[in-house]
Amino acid sequence: MTDALQVELVAADRVVWSGGATMVIARTVDGDVGVLRGHAPVLSALTEAVVEITPEEGTEVIATVDGGFLSVANDRVSILSEHVLLAHEIDLSQAEVELEEARRLLGTNNDAEKRIRRAEARIRAVEKAS
Amino acid sequence: MAVSVRELRARIKSTESMKKITRAMELIAASRIIKAQQRANAAAPYARELTRAVSAVATYSNVDHPLTTEPEAPTRAAVLVVTSDRGLAGSYSSSVLKEAEGLVEKLKAEGKEVDLYVTGRKAEAFYKFRGRSVAQAWTGFSDRPDFEAAKEIGEKLIEVFVEGTEAEKAAAPGVDEVHVVYTRFITMMTQKPTAVRLLPLEVVEGTEAPAEGEVLPLYEFEPSAEAVLDSLLPQYVVSRIWFALLQAAASELAQRQKAMKSATDNADELIKKFTRVANQARQAGITQEISEIVGGVNALADAQAAND
Repeated sequence: MTDALQVELVAADRVVWSGGATMVIARTVDGDVGVLRGHAPVLSALTEAVVEITPEEGTEVIATVDGGFLSVANDRVSILSEHVLLAHEIDLSQAEVELEEARRLLGTNNDAEKRIRRAEARIRAVEKAS
Repeated sequence: MAVSVRELRARIKSTESMKKITRAMELIAASRIIKAQQRANAAAPYARELTRAVSAVATYSNVDHPLTTEPEAPTRAAVLVVTSDRGLAGSYSSSVLKEAEGLVEKLKAEGKEVDLYVTGRKAEAFYKFRGRSVAQAWTGFSDRPDFEAAKEIGEKLIEVFVEGTEAEKAAAPGVDEVHVVYTRFITMMTQKPTAVRLLPLEVVEGTEAPAEGEVLPLYEFEPSAEAVLDSLLPQYVVSRIWFALLQAAASELAQRQKAMKSATDNADELIKKFTRVANQARQAGITQEISEIVGGVNALADAQAAND
């Protein structure tokens, strides 16, 4: 356990996943970031995207976050977001409908871009997990 | 005899069915408290990590943010009052409202105008009855708050607050301070109405100060400290409101359970009292009948003796 990252994936109303991991990949507003052991302390804002966690044991954990934060310090990684969905919790058909709808609203609604990103992230998460 | 036996029996019956209702409400509240407490506990990690992150940014950067700047001369304050949608919870809503009234008085004495924001139908009705305007009311979720509601409230309050500091010249009716009045859940027996100032934020958290030996690491900020703070602080505010709503929900249920328990106990007392009175009335009735019969027989016997 000592040579692993301690990862906590936390949503506003629950801890979605926590445990030891070898690698975490998340997308910040500046681009993808991969975290391995010994990473420098960092605090960055995330965008609506997929988060991948490679745990010490078992299969990869894939989830989507709606913005939020990544904080890394002393091999502790916390990913905070208001909404976190694990890949198996995502309703693919609903995400596709949402994507269509958001695309139609593009240009008329300020939230459209955000909703597209969110829906795309959900679809990508399901694809990655399968 | 004031009340007949039949009437007393009817009263006992209605008290009994009332007791059944209050007892059921007590049990429902009791089972929901556990859920409410679990929800409050589940929300704790998010609040904890967020607080850590905020204090990290605050410690290692001297960034001024609209949400943390103290206005020089506050003239307007917003007060969010968290109450319940339904009654039958003892003094739950009224004690929150009393606390809120105290705060409003204090703010007015300091020369600030007060805008009221309320959650829960009880507060809405309270201010409506007194003919006082409420800036906005949110209802329908008091015993099961969801995060979306907290977010909506948080965003609204941030909106009016930020307006107040940025557009001072435009004389927009923004506010310079935001207060929250809610009921803190201490234990099952104790819940305390509490007023806290939400905005401007006092970032240095007294409660979650890093323990000695645990020095906050020197963070890098991506893309920049300002940008991180910019999206971190609103989330922090929302999380504080979420926390207040969850605490208030647990308190509401605890108080409802307590109120319903004493109602059930009172019903028991009443039933006991009424049963005694009813027995007495029945006994008195029987005694009267006997004495009437005896009197009648005596009268007959006297009449016969006179005839003979």
